[in-house]
Amino acid sequence: KLPSSAYINWDTYCPSIRPGLWLLSLSPQSASRSYSYFTSPMAKSPEEQHPVNVVGWAAEDSSGVLAPINFSRRATGEKDVTFKVLYCGICHTDLHQIKNEWGNTIYPVIPGHEIVGVVTEVGGKVLKFKVGDKVGVGCLVGSCHSCENCANDLENYCPKMILTYNGIYHDGTPTYGGYSNIMVCDESFVISIPENLALDACAPLLCAGITTYSPLRYFGLDKPGMHVGVVGLGGLGHVAVKFAKAFGVKVTVISTSPDKKIEAIDRLGADSFLVSSDPDQMQVAMGTMDGIIDTVSATHPLLPLIGLLKSHGKLVMVGVPEKPLELPVFPLLIGRKLVAGSAIGGIKETQEMIDFAAKHNITADIELIPMDYVNTAMERLMKTDVRYRFVIDIGNTLKH
Amino acid sequence: NISPISHSLTHSDKHKHRNKMAKSPETEHPNKAFGWAARDKSGLLSPFHFSRRDNGENDVTVKILYCGVCHTDLHTIKNDWGFTYYPVVPGHEIVGIATKVGKNVTTFKEGDRVGVGVITGSCQSCESCDQDLENYCPQMAFTYNAIGSDGTKNYGGYSETIVVDQRFVLRFPEGLPSDSGAPLLCAGITVYSPMKYYGMTEPGKHLGVAGLGGLGHVAVKIGKAFGLKVTVISSSPSKEDEAINRLGADSFLVSSDPRNMKAAIGTMDYIIDTVSAVHALFPLLSLLKVNGKLVTLGLPEKPLELPIFPLVLGRKMVGGSDVGGMKETQEMLDFCAKHNITADIELIKMDEINSAMERLAKSDVRYRFVIDVANSLSPP
Repeated sequence: KLPSSAYINWDTYCPSIRPGLWLLSLSPQSASRSYSYFTSPMAKSPEEQHPVNVVGWAAEDSSGVLAPINFSRRATGEKDVTFKVLYCGICHTDLHQIKNEWGNTIYPVIPGHEIVGVVTEVGGKVLKFKVGDKVGVGCLVGSCHSCENCANDLENYCPKMILTYNGIYHDGTPTYGGYSNIMVCDESFVISIPENLALDACAPLLCAGITTYSPLRYFGLDKPGMHVGVVGLGGLGHVAVKFAKAFGVKVTVISTSPDKKIEAIDRLGADSFLVSSDPDQMQVAMGTMDGIIDTVSATHPLLPLIGLLKSHGKLVMVGVPEKPLELPVFPLLIGRKLVAGSAIGGIKETQEMIDFAAKHNITADIELIPMDYVNTAMERLMKTDVRYRFVIDIGNTLKH
Repeated sequence: NISPISHSLTHSDKHKHRNKMAKSPETEHPNKAFGWAARDKSGLLSPFHFSRRDNGENDVTVKILYCGVCHTDLHTIKNDWGFTYYPVVPGHEIVGIATKVGKNVTTFKEGDRVGVGVITGSCQSCESCDQDLENYCPQMAFTYNAIGSDGTKNYGGYSETIVVDQRFVLRFPEGLPSDSGAPLLCAGITVYSPMKYYGMTEPGKHLGVAGLGGLGHVAVKIGKAFGLKVTVISSSPSKEDEAINRLGADSFLVSSDPRNMKAAIGTMDYIIDTVSAVHALFPLLSLLKVNGKLVTLGLPEKPLELPIFPLVLGRKMVGGSDVGGMKETQEMLDFCAKHNITADIELIKMDEINSAMERLAKSDVRYRFVIDVANSLSPP
């Protein structure tokens, strides 16, 4: 049996994350160590790589404990937008990465890919932004701009896509995320935030929002009158409910926690709530859903979810369990159903999603925290003890 | 409970069935019939006397000429899936001549060459039936091992005759041979339907066909007819020559060769997976490009392992499909007639069926057995 990290063939899917490394032969620990950019005597330290001094919080090892770090960012290039970070959402991916759960973390890692702030400087060739604009950056800061996917505004599927943190930028240096006071980003990966969206509550849309908006659109689960299930009521799940309702879709939340029912219905606007561990409830709901967005990242059974689908229904995975799940084939065939996945979205679609959210007053339900609460927040996130996204008040609490 | 025919064997149907079972298979209907049946999960087939209903006003009676041997027949006679109701007369790739038509039948007349496939009944009044998707009707009845609308068990094409509602009878096109065209009634539609539904027909795109058996070899031919580039993915290197030279595939990938598989990563737009044994999906998913589609058509006994990362990072999908509706099956037959697509068959006599089943279990057939029913099935 291959280690679970073998299924995460980063070499194939995102060569920029692990260039040249065939993962199968390495354990997560040795891979991370051998990959550590900073054991090489020729490499510069994070503080010395670039001219602009920046502060942030980083994890230095797989304990995942975050602590202040001085590092540096590049000067504003001609296509770059530099902004003062005001808020950064905490995504569950941040937790996975600081603990090296996927075996690909380059330490020190500065997480954060739900970043919003105010522009302080733009490069000479920047057309879309000016100083003072409210902007955001999500999960991507670069791509090849020349492949078929990039040409189709699908930078998130570009084989050379560059993640906002724990990636390698075009200049060969590691990318650092939004748990920091300043961000520098190529204009084509910066999102404009409309005036009426509260900056703190819209930060999580830059990952959770696009991650759920994109598959609802792509798989056609956005037609009024359809019935869509949302599995898991966390950061992704609660935003999925809001978008689906805005599309005019009937929404059922499927959860293992009965105590989330009242919120799901009264606060988030879901039409109904299904406790997945209750076989009677699940039985009654069989064959009633056009689609399901599954946000759960723990291992869980697919058979009951496939059973909830109508014929020709679609189960879309947006959570990423590390280990493979069991796929019962009979129900797929008998009902012509499909299981698919989806990962964030391209930049054009991310902007479309933000504009849609502004129009329909959709923001995340957040708990705003000071920077030095982040380790406690991570512990609570591990126990899913948050309604429903932590957002770090960077502007007011990240001290030099 | 995921038995696919549980819907056609509801409690009341079983109750009706039990009542009718007071009569034996030989006496439940007025017309004597003869075929070969399996009586237990040894799967051994032997002569079997039963009976067929009178030709009703909507019915067509078919004198069976040929019947293809589908892998489902083998799964069913051995009760691999746990829902076989013995005795079972298999066979759902039936070609024959209409000998009687009921007074409401307008599309067929006596003497017509006709086909009967996997389905012989549905409710004919639900949303699925209205959309020509009888194969997804909750009351859908299979040609064999299911309960028909009169509450009696359906017996399939390993027999002399069959009586079928006209809606489930197909016109066999001119130019499509009866013997090598018979397997299209299951293998053909099973591949054709998902290729249309999931949009796997854009000329110039790259199709992978995993498994080169009854379904797989037809998938290659249909894929080429759609103008696709086709790569066969197989664990048997010995099939390469045939795949390319006889079936027209563009290339061949040995799935057990890691270097070849690695070189082919991210090169395919579509994959038709016909493998019926439990097998790894991860290597197949790796072969797909972003937004790639894998359709799984084989029916393994156990669930498969589905790695989620590749689905999510590549927006890929794994979908299922189950034969096709009657309108689409007719469309498929006409398509195959137009493109000269038939199955590669080995014609056998009825009494060779048991050794054919043994060989089928070892995939020792190029690529479908077809029983020469009319010339070899005779009551003792």
